Amino acid sequence: MSGSTIIFYLLAALTLVSAVLAVTTRMIFRAAIYLLFSLIGIAGIYFWLQYEFIAAVQIVVYVGGIVVLIIFSIFLTQQAGEKLPKQKPGRQLFSALAAFCGLALVMLQLAQHIFVSTGKTAIEPTVTNIGNQMLGVDDNGYALPFEVVSILLLAALIGCIVIALKTKPNGIMNKEQGISNNEGSGF
Amino acid sequence: MIEPGLYHLLFISTALFFIGVYGFFTRRNLVTMLMSVELILNSVNLNFIAFNKYLWPDRLDGVFFTIFIIAIAAAEAAVAIAIIINLYRSHRSIDVENTEGMKF
Repeated sequence: MSGSTIIFYLLAALTLVSAVLAVTTRMIFRAAIYLLFSLIGIAGIYFWLQYEFIAAVQIVVYVGGIVVLIIFSIFLTQQAGEKLPKQKPGRQLFSALAAFCGLALVMLQLAQHIFVSTGKTAIEPTVTNIGNQMLGVDDNGYALPFEVVSILLLAALIGCIVIALKTKPNGIMNKEQGISNNEGSGF
Repeated sequence: MIEPGLYHLLFISTALFFIGVYGFFTRRNLVTMLMSVELILNSVNLNFIAFNKYLWPDRLDGVFFTIFIIAIAAAEAAVAIAIIINLYRSHRSIDVENTEGMKF
């Protein structure tokens, strides 16, 4: 048993245990922190697989972006230190049963299936290879999905602004008040 | 302990997926349901990377799918949180039981 095996099992345990805690704890802020550790564990597994670029993207986008966004939204919408209401035991039982049955079904299928590797020589997943292929327009290029995702991000940006716009209750009546309020805040 | 391989990674990703499903079923708070969705998306990413590493090492397709899924997950989280905060402004609650009046 080598050191790499031990590290893999430690990362797997960190990921799964903190994921279970994230969906079962009744303190919502702790749930966000457990989710953070679960995502860090997955980034560690990517490092273990030697996909360094994906691991870096995982840490930057998920840990640095999405979890921070979630924590902000918790602070904006939740009373601090308040516990979530208790779940009905029946719902918990049936959800656990459904999840366990799904897991058992998939694991049964996995145990019967034999995966065959192509066995060709591996391409190193370096940033150079990824970048060349992502913006390539030949058979293996991903230039079109890249552009589609950029349009999607633009649409999401505009959508967020439109959704989160504050609407004035009585448009014209409060307009003057709104302007005088905004002058003070420097916008 | 045996040397970890493809099946270990697939077990982790399957377990993570169904942990996310369990959270999605039991939670009634929109922010925690969003966290469960993030767990599910992460398990899919892990699956793609594992297949790319062990079955198709001559291609980089799994890496690209993972990158695109991460980008879409970020956009989805941003839009979902904008909706949640807007909902909190109008209903003073983000519990799914209290938000039956979302129809325009």
